[in-house]
Amino acid sequence: MFKILHAEFLAPGIKRFLIEAPRIARKQKPGQFVIVRIYEEGERIPLTIENSDPEQGTISIVVQSLGKTTTLLNSLGTGDHILDVVGPLGKPSEIKQFGTVVVMGGGVGTAMAYPTAAALKRAGNRIISIVGARNQELVILETEMRAVSDVLMITTDDGSYADKGFVTDKLRQLIQNGVRIDLVLAVGPIPMMKAVADMTRAEHIRTLVSLNPIMIDGTGMCGGCRVLVDNKSQFACVDGPEFDAHEVNFEVLVQRNRAYRNQEQQSLAEYRRAHESHAESREAEANGVCAAQGVRQ
Amino acid sequence: MTAPAKTSLNPVPIKDRMKLPRQHMPEQAPEVRATNYTEVNLGYSEELARREALRCIECAKPACTKDCPVGVKVHEFVQLIVAGDFLGAAAKIREDNVLPAVTGRVCPQEDHCEGGCLMGKKVKPLGIGYLERFVADYEQRMGVRTLPTVPPTGKKVAVVGSGPSGLTVAGDLVQRGHKVRVFEALHELGGVLVYGIPEFRLPKQIIREQLDYMRAMGVEFETDVVVGRTVAIDDLLQEEGYDAVFIGTGAGLPVFMNIPGEHLNGVYSANEFLTRINLMKAYKFPTYDEPMLDLHGKDVAVIGGGNTALDAIRSALRLGAHKAYVLYRRSETEMPARAEEVKHAREEGIEFHMLTSPVEFLQDGDGWLGAVRCERMELGEPDASGRRRPVPVAGSEFEIPLSVAVIAIGTSANPIVQSTTPGLDTNKRGYIQASPETQRTSRRGVFAGGDIVTGSATVILAMGAGRRAAKSIHDYLTTGEW
Repeated sequence: MFKILHAEFLAPGIKRFLIEAPRIARKQKPGQFVIVRIYEEGERIPLTIENSDPEQGTISIVVQSLGKTTTLLNSLGTGDHILDVVGPLGKPSEIKQFGTVVVMGGGVGTAMAYPTAAALKRAGNRIISIVGARNQELVILETEMRAVSDVLMITTDDGSYADKGFVTDKLRQLIQNGVRIDLVLAVGPIPMMKAVADMTRAEHIRTLVSLNPIMIDGTGMCGGCRVLVDNKSQFACVDGPEFDAHEVNFEVLVQRNRAYRNQEQQSLAEYRRAHESHAESREAEANGVCAAQGVRQ
Repeated sequence: MTAPAKTSLNPVPIKDRMKLPRQHMPEQAPEVRATNYTEVNLGYSEELARREALRCIECAKPACTKDCPVGVKVHEFVQLIVAGDFLGAAAKIREDNVLPAVTGRVCPQEDHCEGGCLMGKKVKPLGIGYLERFVADYEQRMGVRTLPTVPPTGKKVAVVGSGPSGLTVAGDLVQRGHKVRVFEALHELGGVLVYGIPEFRLPKQIIREQLDYMRAMGVEFETDVVVGRTVAIDDLLQEEGYDAVFIGTGAGLPVFMNIPGEHLNGVYSANEFLTRINLMKAYKFPTYDEPMLDLHGKDVAVIGGGNTALDAIRSALRLGAHKAYVLYRRSETEMPARAEEVKHAREEGIEFHMLTSPVEFLQDGDGWLGAVRCERMELGEPDASGRRRPVPVAGSEFEIPLSVAVIAIGTSANPIVQSTTPGLDTNKRGYIQASPETQRTSRRGVFAGGDIVTGSATVILAMGAGRRAAKSIHDYLTTGEW
């Protein structure tokens, strides 16, 4: 059992949890994730580690309500417990001096990009961050990202905050303006990561993406998270989650993430029906439900 | 090796024992069990057990014990059954085997004890596995436990992985007075016994009971710890003060075939397919949240001929599959699965396609599996495994319509522990190098055994390695010599 020490909404449907997990806190490095099972009948899902504090023995995770498990998780609060939290899993991000790094966070993907951006900044890189969200309310971790960035750019799809448009518009501008870019890290919805990959491929800019396929054990045992990279099978949990964006087959990733869509919708619908008495909070969360598949949690 | 008793308790004259028929294991009827998930074999009654035990001819050089990887004293425990002392028989087995209710169910006895049984040369071998299972279940029913009485040694051992090898090490060491803590990566204990072997062959309740027994003996367990990620081997030895570590992390990454279409939805590794069902209870969706594809009325095939392959396809059948095929590239003689499983599978209506190897998974539009294209094989010269090598027959390709395919062709080494433990030597396939006699690795105080050393093998072979490791760890802890 892992205790939730603090929980707060960062945006509608996006919640940050501070969790007591001393072993994980001691080992966590940027780019890694945890697998969580909330209760006995629950599924195992991978979630981003946004930060950790080895001294306090805590980690923080950022969760967006998408399906039943994330919606249920986001209904928990301070003092509640999560049955299983295992990690830190996956290979840590490579942290060294690259030069100028563009860190791109789409939606809740910003939470995954943040610790890597911070570590890259500490390693002496110039960090240009581009954070995108659908609207003003869904822009998360702005203060945190600003603190670790030399330049921070924000886009919203509807223009309700900062610049209207997509994160790729900003990247295109940087490229067109002749800014020297040594590395791009993009974390967000699959269409965003694919668009970034297509843009930087032509420019021969090294680009990494953090993938979030369906996973069960997270230790390499099941092979469910296999992704096609350079036309070879790779396991996101042990070989990733970061991969060379130019080698990733995004079509296969989208297709595999769809495998259980019907069951996922059924689960969520049944959960909602069973919790209609909490209609108000449900509604608040439903506002945050993102239609995009494969958003890094 | 055990010498035969000079005065046998068995009233049947030896010459008559060979005439006694081997007692059949009562089982669910094939048409019934094919639709449920409860255990196929129902177990001996006391009467059946005694009747079977009477068959033992008490030979002068019993090969049964010699051929058992953990050295169960078969003759002695069988004589205790003859005498009606079933608890004594259980205690006798437990001297060498901490998981008798498990091995009595899943051991390939034909390769070990029963394979060595002299009676098998003329008639059917003694039903050693059935008898082992009987006394283990009897002991459980009676609620009797034999707990260690040795004084604590003050030494601490960390066991990595709660599968068959790790549990054996833990059970053996705790009985020698050492403090043992077992770390498990998953949320449930038991390793392959829990995520791999299905309920109808090994009920999870049996494992829970064996684990409770071990807890009562003093073994501590910690789940949700991926050693190599959550804590390093060196952290255990240094910061956490363990005097020795045993690595039993088991079968690793599933091997895929590297043929086109392997990423289609509906193509699973056996590990994923079985983990969804056994560990995550996906067949109880939506009561349980983990989803799996609905198999009702679907055609399903497993690729491979081992126990894992049969576990997967027999699970598929129970979950409503219309057609359930085994596609195996060699012939039945070369199949590594337990004989009883092959027999059971056939009775349940599983179709075996021997000398058949997939070359491509075909799409049914929109990323889903629709069929598999196979080619026929013929057997050529023996290969490195000693089995005749399958060779494709030119122009023999054909298609089988299919909704779900499960690939059960083996595993490769999981790199997590090796890559985070400096100085731990591995072989060229990435498995941990350990002495076959002592299970010692290249790192002082670190031992390893089971599938992470040998590659995919069986429960009992992993337990054999666990026994050797426990003895060797005990020697190390008491002498301090490496």
